Amino acid sequence: MGKPELNLPNEKGEKRIEQTLGKRRSLLSIIVAKFLQNKLAVFGLIMLTIIVGTALLAPWIAPHDPDFQNLRNRLAAPSGEFLLGTDHLGRDILSRLLYGGRVSLFVGFVAMVGAVTIGTTVGAVAGYFGGLVDAFLMRLVDIIISFPNIFLLITLVAVLEPSLDKLIMVFAFLSWTGTARLVRGEFLTLKKREFVLAARTIGMSNTKIIFGQILPSAMGPVIVAATLAVGGFILAESALSFLGLGVQPPTSTWGNMLTYSQSVTIFRTAWWYPTFPGVMILLTVLSFNFVGDGLRDALDPRVIEK
Amino acid sequence: MTTYIIRRLIMMIPILFGISVISFAIMYAAPGKPTVMDLDPDISVEAREAQMERLGLNDPPHIQYINWMSNVVKGDFGTSFTKKQPVRDMIADRLPNTLILMIFSTILAVIIAIPFGVLSATKQYSKLDYGVTITSFLGLATPNFWLGLMLIMLFSVQLGWTPVGGVSTLGGEFNLLDRLHHLILPAIVLATADMAGLTRYTRSSMLEVINQDYIRTARAKGFREKTVIYKHGLRNALIPIITIFGLMLPTFIGGSVIVEQLFSWPGIGHLFISATFERDYPVIMAITMFGAVLTVIGNLIADILYAVLDPRIEY
Repeated sequence: MGKPELNLPNEKGEKRIEQTLGKRRSLLSIIVAKFLQNKLAVFGLIMLTIIVGTALLAPWIAPHDPDFQNLRNRLAAPSGEFLLGTDHLGRDILSRLLYGGRVSLFVGFVAMVGAVTIGTTVGAVAGYFGGLVDAFLMRLVDIIISFPNIFLLITLVAVLEPSLDKLIMVFAFLSWTGTARLVRGEFLTLKKREFVLAARTIGMSNTKIIFGQILPSAMGPVIVAATLAVGGFILAESALSFLGLGVQPPTSTWGNMLTYSQSVTIFRTAWWYPTFPGVMILLTVLSFNFVGDGLRDALDPRVIEK
Repeated sequence: MTTYIIRRLIMMIPILFGISVISFAIMYAAPGKPTVMDLDPDISVEAREAQMERLGLNDPPHIQYINWMSNVVKGDFGTSFTKKQPVRDMIADRLPNTLILMIFSTILAVIIAIPFGVLSATKQYSKLDYGVTITSFLGLATPNFWLGLMLIMLFSVQLGWTPVGGVSTLGGEFNLLDRLHHLILPAIVLATADMAGLTRYTRSSMLEVINQDYIRTARAKGFREKTVIYKHGLRNALIPIITIFGLMLPTFIGGSVIVEQLFSWPGIGHLFISATFERDYPVIMAITMFGAVLTVIGNLIADILYAVLDPRIEY
């Protein structure tokens, strides 16, 4: 609907439809091919599949109960029984990492969905309607961007008493601005195109034009930004939880596992305890960034296949 | 140019107003009226009411906002709830430590990131370029606080080369070497926060410049490659890089929160975290406002520098 070519009745026009449809199919395959050519992106995708998969399967594959304390086994070195060693309460670090990953990834994904939804809506409305609406919304974006994120994050989390759902909400409400600017920019150019004019001519409502017609064409950059955002949220969650202002124990996350590893005794005798949670964060964020970068190149028509 | 700067300054007013309203709103909406902690628990209800009245806590929010704001404009951020000191003095005490850390790590980030970014661009697709790219990817994905933990574990505890935290050895006289010894690890950790981004930025800025006509002209004239790259190329590539510093300011202030906490470095960030745990709202709000205003000024400087340095931009 709304695509002018579809309404052309003559033979020439039908041919054109076939061409467009054929092009569509190959466009997706071009994107996939471009993505698969990028070795780092493929590596990232494989890593993410493993990390997300093991986190989801944690209850079945974790070798130990993540909360089982065994004070006789405190700070035990990595061994056959405890592959990555134990922490200061004798809990198995591998099992805690698997379970902690569920929480860290959950925060990252849900906050991303929230931030992208708000950002896309605000950006689409601002870009589509322009004028005063645009000016007001963009000033709002300017104000929120002006706060050094970490100060506002910490203040809000502290005022609201830290908890998992509040953390996600604060993340989403403070981080939609980048997406909003991005989507607004896309809308500013897309709204002048013929297919939007056509949709308007046949009397389509603004809501339908924004979400049904323009948004699908603007999704490329949004998908890239969303992928990179998940990594960013995981980093932010880990830092806040590390400071004791994020997810609270007994729920374990990669960030708050590191809080208790901060002691000279542990640094001297149990290197595995502060090391592995950080490695998990690093690998996860790295993988998201690789995949995001790969998607950016794959979705950008200006980047030509090598 | 002047009109552009004036226009940019006027644009700052609604932003600063918005920032102050949000800061005030958080303090106002904070659960458990914070000033009650200020009062004696044995005090009678009437006396407490009188105290609340005297402090202006019974006034409607907009009056409270105006009172608070008129003091802030005069540089008076009120008195700390827990330390009973003027907030301004507490910030002034710790600001030098944060500035030293920030300046030192900026220098560190620049002297490492810019040369590597340039080399990475001039030798595009070489082993060195891939190495630099992979390293900056790793740098972007590494949680800053964890890098700090690892460095403390390795250099301070296992090897014993550096102190675990603080600005100087306790009880010692002022000693420049001792200060530097304490500064080195926190500065490295804070520098890495921006190094990766700065390297990538230098690389792409340099790549763009290298493909320009005037570089080909310079080569055609027979200049040595070094002269072409550094004199004709880098000088132009630096324009967008210099403006990036204005934008880096907030990341440095933000990064200092975690680094200072990690290394017990008595600066603004350290003060901010302890104020958060003590719910010392005047301190929290003052630092948030301070950081936001610095961010706005940083953006302004970036925009103006860009306009000044690049004659192609017209306003």
